[in-house]
Amino acid sequence: MDLFEYQGKEFFAQYGMPISAGEIAFSVDEAVAAAERLGTPVMVKAQVHAGGRGKAGGVKFAADIDAVREHATNILGLDIKGHIVHRIWIEKASDIAEEYYASFTLDRSAKLHLGMLSKEGGVEIETVAEENPDAIAKVYVNPVDGLSEQMVRDWIADADLPDAAVEGSVDILQKLYTAYVEGDADMVEINPLILTPEGVVHVLDAKVTLDGNSDFRHPDYSQYDETQPRDEREEAAHAKGLQYVGLEGSVGVIANGAGLAMSTVDVVNQVGGKPANFLDIGGGANADVMAGALEVINNDPNVKAIFINIFGGITRGEEVAEGIIEAMKRVSIDSPIIIRLDGTNAQQGRDMLAPHLSDALMMETTMLSAAEKAVALAGR
Amino acid sequence: MSIFLDENTKVVYQGLTGSTGRYYGNLNREYGTKVVGGTHPKKAGTEVDGMPIFASVAEAKAETGCTASCVFVPPVAVRGAVMEAAEAGMELVVVITEGVPAHDEAWFYNKLKADFPDTRLLGPNCPGIISPGKANIGITAGHIAKAGGPVGVVSRSGTLTYQAVYELQQKDIGVTTSVGIGGDPVPGTNFIDCLEAFQADPETLAIMMIGEIGGSAEEEAAEYIKANVTKPVVSYVAGVTAPPGKKMGHAGAIVSGGKGTAAAKMEALEDAGVKVGLNPTEAGDLMAEIVATL
Repeated sequence: MDLFEYQGKEFFAQYGMPISAGEIAFSVDEAVAAAERLGTPVMVKAQVHAGGRGKAGGVKFAADIDAVREHATNILGLDIKGHIVHRIWIEKASDIAEEYYASFTLDRSAKLHLGMLSKEGGVEIETVAEENPDAIAKVYVNPVDGLSEQMVRDWIADADLPDAAVEGSVDILQKLYTAYVEGDADMVEINPLILTPEGVVHVLDAKVTLDGNSDFRHPDYSQYDETQPRDEREEAAHAKGLQYVGLEGSVGVIANGAGLAMSTVDVVNQVGGKPANFLDIGGGANADVMAGALEVINNDPNVKAIFINIFGGITRGEEVAEGIIEAMKRVSIDSPIIIRLDGTNAQQGRDMLAPHLSDALMMETTMLSAAEKAVALAGR
Repeated sequence: MSIFLDENTKVVYQGLTGSTGRYYGNLNREYGTKVVGGTHPKKAGTEVDGMPIFASVAEAKAETGCTASCVFVPPVAVRGAVMEAAEAGMELVVVITEGVPAHDEAWFYNKLKADFPDTRLLGPNCPGIISPGKANIGITAGHIAKAGGPVGVVSRSGTLTYQAVYELQQKDIGVTTSVGIGGDPVPGTNFIDCLEAFQADPETLAIMMIGEIGGSAEEEAAEYIKANVTKPVVSYVAGVTAPPGKKMGHAGAIVSGGKGTAAAKMEALEDAGVKVGLNPTEAGDLMAEIVATL
């Protein structure tokens, strides 16, 4: 789950990290009211799940209230890489002497946590990594041992931060690691981490991605779930607990397991069709799940044929069959369904489906032949 | 021969008293796996379908001599279950559970590596391991795999593992062992562990490796194959047409910042001499051609 900047800052604040005073606003009037309470000058910052906000005109300095009104008017509704700005963060402006970069994420190859620190902050870290890789100091942290203060001091020395920034950075980086681990984050990033002319180290931006699998430890994370960017189809699927990604084509895809669902999308493409979506009904999918999946696909007006590709493992064939039969009773499905069913209890499932086969529900024996059939029916 | 699991492996099920654990514990037992029972701290002394319940993995080991465990407990309990199995001296711990936090995985991966190097962890979020005709731990439908080799299968995706062994069975090709390593960010056993074991196994003559988008496990496997694997390898990478920035179901399956694309993985594998199919069926055909020449 990706957090907006302001949510990331609130998250950081819970772990004692210094952030600027600010307020969220959904309208120009709210932005102006917030700026009046905070006192100008302020920054007006678009809140979207996309990088490059500054370049797109989504981050502006406002010296007075008139400027706040002008920038808020321009930024609300702005399209930043396909993300429309619906909320803006009004924040007390800070004086900046220097800009740094700091982050933690999991290095999947090393299977260790990786901290990155650079005194070249304020620009995209990918650019620094390409143009001046030596400017990024790395620290690998074994999750069992954790990050000691000495490791942080060595890391800061390695990054060559100036003396004035050392003590403030030691404090913030330790808290950043704690937030990363205790908050079950996939990634935490501060860019920029700033040094003010007064010698204070301060968090000026926040990029946080939380691990959706950690919800059971963090019941409060449901608040972030509500602000994830999803199209209408994705929202409907999410409400039913389905793993769904919207695509542009006409062949609706339902499969069990992420790998098989991805592969089904691939195969539909390879036989000349265009998949309308990726949909993984997951392991142990029962009748309710299958009915829900069919409803979601059926509501997509682009869909002209539906390909259900099931290879039972933890998913059982008879439950899949029951789900399809049940769903066809519950909702009127507009497109023909082509099903391929193998694996656990597949024969039982196929036997259950046999009396229901028609022009609206067809069965194929292989993944490839089913894909070809679905693509032909969708009219390419 | 098979790798990691054979007809003599005695297995205890952590979570046998739950509905899923019970269902697959029964299926695994019917397949021929030596299922010695399950564990539950409060239900010790009872039975599930004739399988005894022990208070702990350590007790199960003392009573039965089991060396492997299969974990079906909910995500919140996985870290504890893995450590219990490792501390009891299990040589193989197979975690089927989906939805384990990445920080937990990173923690117990490193804990096992440091303190229990003789424990092989498989998963989490994996379908398990099957040595056809001998034993099956996990949720793979046993009848889809033909016994006897000569192909070893390793895969990041559960359902694609089934698809792969089934394609082979349709062509009358057997499997020595099929290992589902799981699609999570920190799998306990990775491609390279399996490639190494298959390379060393005299009955495995060719290897099928099923990858997917995200991370760099396939690229690392390609490097390993280039340097160490002399047996023919066929591969398929799922997610050729996956849009960037979207998580395709698995926590690990995402193309981000232009990294982890199927195209880059396929190129790395081909560069290592691996035959790459564009879909599971094509990969099966490529393997059939190789097996015909063995």
